Amino acid sequence: MLYTLLCYNKEDVVWSWSKEEDEAVMNRLNVVHERLVKEGKLGPALRLLPTTAATTLRGGNLVIDGPFAETKEQLLGFYVIEVDNLEAALDVARELSAANPTSVYEIRPIALYVPEGRQNAPTEMVKFY
Amino acid sequence: MTDMAWIHGALTAARPQAVGALLRYFRDMDRAEEAFQDACLRALKNWPQNGPPRDPTAWLILVGRNAALDGVRKQARNTALPPDDEISDLDDVETPLAERLDGSQYRDDVLRLLFICCHPDLPATQQIALALRIVSGLTVPQIARAFLVSEAAMEQRITRAKQRVAKADVPFETPGAVERSERVAAVAAMIYLLFNEGYSHGNDSARAPLCDEAIRLARLLLRLFQTEPEIMGLTALMLLQQARLPARFDVHGEAVLLDDQDRALWDPKLISEGLALMDKAIRHNRPGPYQVQAAIAATHARAATAAETDWAGIDGLYLALERMQPSPVITLNRAVAVAKLHGPQAGLDMIAPLEDKLSGYFHYFGARGAFLLQLGRNKEARTAFDRAIALAGSAAEAAHIRQHLDRLMKEAEKV
Repeated sequence: MLYTLLCYNKEDVVWSWSKEEDEAVMNRLNVVHERLVKEGKLGPALRLLPTTAATTLRGGNLVIDGPFAETKEQLLGFYVIEVDNLEAALDVARELSAANPTSVYEIRPIALYVPEGRQNAPTEMVKFY
Repeated sequence: MTDMAWIHGALTAARPQAVGALLRYFRDMDRAEEAFQDACLRALKNWPQNGPPRDPTAWLILVGRNAALDGVRKQARNTALPPDDEISDLDDVETPLAERLDGSQYRDDVLRLLFICCHPDLPATQQIALALRIVSGLTVPQIARAFLVSEAAMEQRITRAKQRVAKADVPFETPGAVERSERVAAVAAMIYLLFNEGYSHGNDSARAPLCDEAIRLARLLLRLFQTEPEIMGLTALMLLQQARLPARFDVHGEAVLLDDQDRALWDPKLISEGLALMDKAIRHNRPGPYQVQAAIAATHARAATAAETDWAGIDGLYLALERMQPSPVITLNRAVAVAKLHGPQAGLDMIAPLEDKLSGYFHYFGARGAFLLQLGRNKEARTAFDRAIALAGSAAEAAHIRQHLDRLMKEAEKV
């Protein structure tokens, strides 16, 4: 089974950490990351930029500055895409929205991307059934 | 068991909102600060045992307000304070309070607090000192160290600023749209002042944290005003400039010019955040001075090497900036781009008419000296560099010019 672990914290606290504090946490995490890589368990991992860098697309054409802030909807999935800029990212989101019009898409830049860490990771879609 | 570092971070992060709300209740800065201090002491006692509350800010506001009211009651009736355990679990009271503190009220509380610090009656140095004390919660010794003055002098400066602000009568009613945008602009200017205070002394460990603090305040302002392109621009500008910090000084603490910096040392996380904010700002199609300055910084950030810099783009951006806010300093900066594009003579011609206005400006003579040096007019270059040294505002500035002079001396010996 594949799982995604979503990390939550107070971002104003985390983004106020000094370089030393940030590195101390990252070093502790890296110990875990390295072990998971050895055990063949770690897929891509990433750290997001703060929500102030986020943009949200609603209903396919309404672009809102800031993160998705409602609590009535739940996170159902996510994509990682590589494009030139926010405009291009919004184009992709618009296409997805056209295919799935009731969903809202928050576009959040990625601060740090750790690529697939598993050897022999599946290259095709994994079937869960 | 809650990590003490996390608790300290949470208290610092909650401070602007909590003090802002307490100020609205008490309408008195000293009482608001005392109430917040009280709440923090209780948090430090309570949170490690009981775990942090779900909404630390709401907890601090409620506990701070109650503690202050209890203090009044205690004086009046001499009744005992309730034991801390009774207020340890705020789950029931916390939720409605958090709901009442809806976005807009939060926003105006924090904005008011920031705005009080940049009251036009206060000189710039007092504005920054007051913001660092009240909003950021830095201690007086910390602030004194950053401004290279004695603690007693800083204490006095802050007390005087507070008295002046108390007399100035900042209204507590919800501001109208125009007033709100004026407040935002004043606060943005104060934040950039704070940043520059740290940036211009980037190799001084006492002052460098001012840049981090300015960025923290800008992110806070941006969270409150998520659709303001100029706040995006200001935040991006500071992030992109701060990204260069690891490359700006050599091991001896001497300044390294942009052209000579090791770009591998630039902080990629800060750059990507700055560029992401620029992307957002551009969509609004409402350019302003912070956005243009951020675009200039972004042009540098995008160049993998100094030689790949898009100087024509930078020239155009400085031209746009000159039109928005004409100033000889901006023309001087533009001249550097022009010299890169069309040679040092073009740069020299461009700054020649500025000499009267910039006769006390270090960077004017630094740039003039550099242009003259490139043209091989060494004697005139030396005169310009000598004047720059006399006007240098920091040891690093002076040392940098001295490098040019040393080189000139050596060349003179050879001849």
